[in-house]
Amino acid sequence: MDTKRLIIVAVGGQGNLLASRVLAEAALLSDVPVRMSEIHGMAQRGGVVESAIVFGDAESTIISDGEADLLVGFEPSETLRAIRKANSKTVVISNLSPLPPFTVAIGRGVYPDLKQLQELIRSKTSKLIAFDAVALAKQAGNVLAVNMVLVGALTQTRILPLSAESVKETVRTKTKKAFADINLKAFELGFSAAECC
Amino acid sequence: MHKLLTESPGEKMILLGNEAIARGAIEAGVAFATTYPGTPSSEISLNLFEMSQESDIYFEYSTNEKVALEVAAGAANSGVRTLCMMKHVGLNVAADPLMTLAYVGVKGGMVILTADDPFMFSSQNEQDNRYYGKLSGLSVLEPSSVQEAKDMMVYAFDLSERLQEPVLFRTTTRVNHSTAVVTLGTIRKRIIKGDFKKDPMNYVTVPAVSRKLHVKLLKNMAAAQEIAEKCEYNFIRGSGAWGIICNGVSYNYAADAVKDLNITDKVSILRIGFSYPMPKAVITAFLKGKEKILVIEEGEPYMEEAVKAFAQEQGFTLPINGKSNELFSRLYEFDPAMVRQQIASYFAVPYTPPLLPDISDVPELPQRPPNLCAGCSHRATFYAVKKAAREQGTEIICPTDIGCYTLGFLPPLSVGDFLICMGSSVSTSCGFSKVTDKKVVSFIGDSTFFHSGITGLINAVFNNHNFTLVILDNGTTAMTGHQPNPGVDMGDFSRSGYGRVSIEEVVKGIGVSHITVIKPYRVRKSIEAIKEALNYQGVSVIISQEMCTLFAKSLKKLKPRAFHVSDKCKNHRDCIKEIACPAFYLEGEKVKIDPVACAGCTVCAQICPENAIVPLKSEK
Repeated sequence: MDTKRLIIVAVGGQGNLLASRVLAEAALLSDVPVRMSEIHGMAQRGGVVESAIVFGDAESTIISDGEADLLVGFEPSETLRAIRKANSKTVVISNLSPLPPFTVAIGRGVYPDLKQLQELIRSKTSKLIAFDAVALAKQAGNVLAVNMVLVGALTQTRILPLSAESVKETVRTKTKKAFADINLKAFELGFSAAECC
Repeated sequence: MHKLLTESPGEKMILLGNEAIARGAIEAGVAFATTYPGTPSSEISLNLFEMSQESDIYFEYSTNEKVALEVAAGAANSGVRTLCMMKHVGLNVAADPLMTLAYVGVKGGMVILTADDPFMFSSQNEQDNRYYGKLSGLSVLEPSSVQEAKDMMVYAFDLSERLQEPVLFRTTTRVNHSTAVVTLGTIRKRIIKGDFKKDPMNYVTVPAVSRKLHVKLLKNMAAAQEIAEKCEYNFIRGSGAWGIICNGVSYNYAADAVKDLNITDKVSILRIGFSYPMPKAVITAFLKGKEKILVIEEGEPYMEEAVKAFAQEQGFTLPINGKSNELFSRLYEFDPAMVRQQIASYFAVPYTPPLLPDISDVPELPQRPPNLCAGCSHRATFYAVKKAAREQGTEIICPTDIGCYTLGFLPPLSVGDFLICMGSSVSTSCGFSKVTDKKVVSFIGDSTFFHSGITGLINAVFNNHNFTLVILDNGTTAMTGHQPNPGVDMGDFSRSGYGRVSIEEVVKGIGVSHITVIKPYRVRKSIEAIKEALNYQGVSVIISQEMCTLFAKSLKKLKPRAFHVSDKCKNHRDCIKEIACPAFYLEGEKVKIDPVACAGCTVCAQICPENAIVPLKSEK
């Protein structure tokens, strides 16, 4: 089976660990080999959290620079920061709702212009799918469902060897029951948003 | 039921490496487990802590790693299967019992897990703990994958019982924190009670006994060597004339690279999973007839040196490389592309590395370093200490320690001047204060104080040193994921039947004569109390008590009442410049507070010169 490599970057608290867990469970359900690696630790202290997920026949659990097939950023400046993981064939999905790091507030950095950020990503990769995932999560019923919006969007690209049905089934069974409906709605909204981009 | 207690052999589960390791121990029939938490090992013990609540497994968070290993040694020498877990630097703390426990050995199987951290994702160094095998004479096992980590744990217990010696189980972050599909095995019956048979001539390590025990250890090492030669965890893939010797996650990268480079018919890979004693006969046989050898291992050239020594004994002259000639670095972690590149160049295989994106036109992005949480009491304490010192015109040196509060060294707080290991804040203060004329104020967390701060404080009182120690008591071991420590109320962890040790009583008992307990959210009072402590000649201790905000929120003990910046704000920005709470952000030139992030600690409201920060009115 062809190897497909996915990088997810997020800010601690955005729920990317659950997103990667859902994708791994969907792979198990679909009999697709899956391995992933996460950097935990300081996630709860507002740092960057990066998950690497490798689908198909491979032993490695991490992804080198320039080798991601799909790059998903939960926060626009973090998507751009992770661009080193991409190459000219990579598809990039990014939330466009910024969470400026604290260093911006204390004058130790400037948050990038969102328009320029998108142009830069487009110029270096094959495709950028970018939209306000926070707005869609709110529309689905909970701002915390940003992760499921983005899972929906990345499923739509069909780059990973996972069917929309198997991912939805996993969202239904492996996320908290109280949030399952909101999560599924968020998934659908993200899926549709990716179709339009 | 806890998912790792599932009795369904053959079932496939998505598990984190650390969950797989805990499951492996359960399958091996582990009955007794001890730890001091430390990333990247913490989830192993967290799972055992949870499982101990619904099974007959005994689990404890011990005071430090030395204690954990000694507690485990008692249980193992009464015939019970025992697991002792720690991060790599924890084994330094436990090195004293380790070295002589190797002489004494064990009766029940005992596995000592050391989680190494190449690249130092969350550690102060990246030491390679395979050398502890060589130093102590204990066998070392190293898994490459999540599934193997589980399976190898069962093997490790069997090996330990067979050798009657503890076995070192060495992982790296990328095994601990990788996730993959794991096929469950059978859970063996746990034997939870043992018996200790007195045998002082083999257990009491006076010189005459130890001289005999060292002979026994050497015999056990020879027996381990025999087992390593036949161990299925040292295996060979492929039959080509180019040889690769690798271990741990390096095996994953090498296996993928050989496939990607299309050279599977040209290469043989020897994966070493039983790495002390090194399987000499296996390696010698592997070297025979090879054109050249590439050794791929993160960390130190541990295998490379052994392989070269074996080759020399046989008179082999084939090229053997790894870290020598700087093909691979001793620094940091490896990755698939790096390993692929080195394999291609070493064996002269045509290869075009992936074209990395040109990022020269990407503007400099604002850094996103980890930060103390919004409302963290450590921030309040650091502010108060800085303010107290500034108001008195006292220049201070601030040795710090290991925990969330280490982050206080970042601007704008900039409190934290020296750190080497757990507990070093207290003892280094003795040295700093003796030879400089500056005031020394050091910081240590509650868990770290119990771990290894107490002995330093006793030293300070006995030798009559002169400094102020601030004990940041937030009621949990926060950094590693909110584990308990001897000072906490175990009710907060929904557990009963524990004792509780008061930090204040300990400090009093040690003989510190100037002790003040402060509530750091009361800013002015705290500053005044700190000033008094700073002026005290001798050892003074400030105990700053406030529960970790994150933990309090998770316990629903804190219902944050958010604050906001009112129209009175004249943009002095003391709030941002002095305390830099991450709940602040700028909207244009105006300072705002994120009401979701704000924990309602009120510290910013107390320091605002215009009293412009006020409670947000409820919208109800």
